[in-house]
Amino acid sequence: MMLLRLFWEFFKIGLFAVGGGMATIPFLYDLSDRTGWFTHTQLADMIAISESTPGPIGVNMATYVGYEMSGIPGSIFTTLGFVAPSIIIIIIVSLFLQKFRENRYVESAFYGLRPASSGLIASAALSVAIVALLAEDWSFAALPGCIRWPAVALAVFLFIVTNLKKTKKWHPIVFLGFSAVVGIVFGFAGA
Amino acid sequence: MKKYWQLFITFARIGLFTIGGGYAMLPMMQSELVERHGWATEQEMMDYYALAQCTPGAIAVNVSTFIGYKIAGVAGGVIATLGLVFPSLVIIIAIAAVLGNVSELPAVKNAFAGIRVGVAVLMINSVVKLAKAAIVDWKAVIIFAAVFGGAVFTSVSPMIYIVAAGIAGILLKAWEVKAK
Repeated sequence: MMLLRLFWEFFKIGLFAVGGGMATIPFLYDLSDRTGWFTHTQLADMIAISESTPGPIGVNMATYVGYEMSGIPGSIFTTLGFVAPSIIIIIIVSLFLQKFRENRYVESAFYGLRPASSGLIASAALSVAIVALLAEDWSFAALPGCIRWPAVALAVFLFIVTNLKKTKKWHPIVFLGFSAVVGIVFGFAGA
Repeated sequence: MKKYWQLFITFARIGLFTIGGGYAMLPMMQSELVERHGWATEQEMMDYYALAQCTPGAIAVNVSTFIGYKIAGVAGGVIATLGLVFPSLVIIIAIAAVLGNVSELPAVKNAFAGIRVGVAVLMINSVVKLAKAAIVDWKAVIIFAAVFGGAVFTSVSPMIYIVAAGIAGILLKAWEVKAK
């Protein structure tokens, strides 16, 4: 039953992705590899849409994948699957709020969890960068020839602008909108 | 009944007006929940955010459940969360429905090829910010490097890394205490 399968896959993501929306992305790459429900390129597009539309990124991702797989019922099942573990866990945590925060073992576990979560997100960022900056049929052997130089130039420019004091507070949608315009003007998909 | 409705509407508004997820939602949460409704104090908001970041799931969903539960029990937690995700459901379904038909247009393809570059850069910036807060000593550097390398070069489920890193954290801290 596809809807239950969708609910279950996103329930697992909601349960194990610690650290917010970005943390769901490595799990979605894993889901793509295991099920073939969507490709890495589609996933990069989903991330772009989720980042530039209202709402939590993880919820947007769940809705999008669900809709792509099984229409409106699919999107409802993935979204509910994704938030169900949060609701259950947070209600339990609320009950034991004081104890939870002072528990030495919980604190120690998070000491290990946080760098691991960062490592997973870093590898997801690398996957997006590869799709964005290299030709689709890239390989290590033919590396310099596979690089999309106009995309690299845009990436360097954005990296500077998103880290300059004056401009880094701008909304992400400004940078993504600018990237879209550059992509259209310079025909990025064909390059 | 009125309380539930108010929770739903308030969280739907927060979901509708913030783009960029959990961290971007904090200012909106503060103005709606602390200043407008008095459902939580500033201090409580910060505590909820801290906990929401280290419990599983989307940060904004976790904070919504915390506040909803505090105001109206289990039903309140569920309703606040449903309110938060409601605008996402509607907007994303609308976009996905339209995009399915236009995604073959050259302009749309070019736009997304450009946007992917932007997403890569924004994600790298997020990783740098996260890593700065997460990597507090050389043991954390090793955990980060091991998970990063593993995720890039193998196809082991991320779940395994999270569980292993939690256990590693407990063991490392226990060992630290013993060494003292």
